[in-house]
Amino acid sequence: MIQAPELPLWAAIIVGVFVLMGALITLIGALGLVRLGNFYERVHPPTLGMTLGTSFILIASITCFSVLQSRPVVHEVLIAIFITVTTPITLMLLARAALYRDRTEGTENIPKDIGGLDND
Amino acid sequence: MSTLFLALIITMSQILLGLAMGCATYRIIRGPRSQDRVLGLDALYLAGMLLLLTYGIQTGRTLFFEAALVVALLGFAGTVALAKFLMRGEVIE
Repeated sequence: MIQAPELPLWAAIIVGVFVLMGALITLIGALGLVRLGNFYERVHPPTLGMTLGTSFILIASITCFSVLQSRPVVHEVLIAIFITVTTPITLMLLARAALYRDRTEGTENIPKDIGGLDND
Repeated sequence: MSTLFLALIITMSQILLGLAMGCATYRIIRGPRSQDRVLGLDALYLAGMLLLLTYGIQTGRTLFFEAALVVALLGFAGTVALAKFLMRGEVIE
């Protein structure tokens, strides 16, 4: 399934570079998910990698559709705002849940409670 | 010429995103505890959403954008529900 939209050369270069960079950064984030040792290290790379990769691919998508339809197409900004808002929320909720579970089970080597900031 | 170049780049990016989904699936299957599996699920739906966006660029249709938006919304709701379940043992109290 090799096909692509008919874009002028400058737009093709912009779209190609941003799509490839977005995919690479997403893959780096996913590799961090596989390679790192414990949960509190693993929770970071997908968050960072996915946010940056999403923004790069969305820039490519905005460029592609704006050139194709000869007018500014910015509906991808919806996804960008949504991902930027929701990814940190999932990170914090998951880390809180994992911390709570580990503390109730008394597991060793978990992050310490600093100054009673979290009373969960 | 530029079309062929772009087609190759986009196909390569789709393969990379597929590998990313594979990594997330590995963490879902392997993950020592439940929170690792939820984290893998989160990464899996995000990479799938990006794959949909690259399909949208490839075909030039806006249909895929709407599908990606729905995937992002439902995936976030699912991850929040699962995190809440891990925390409290119930989703709705």
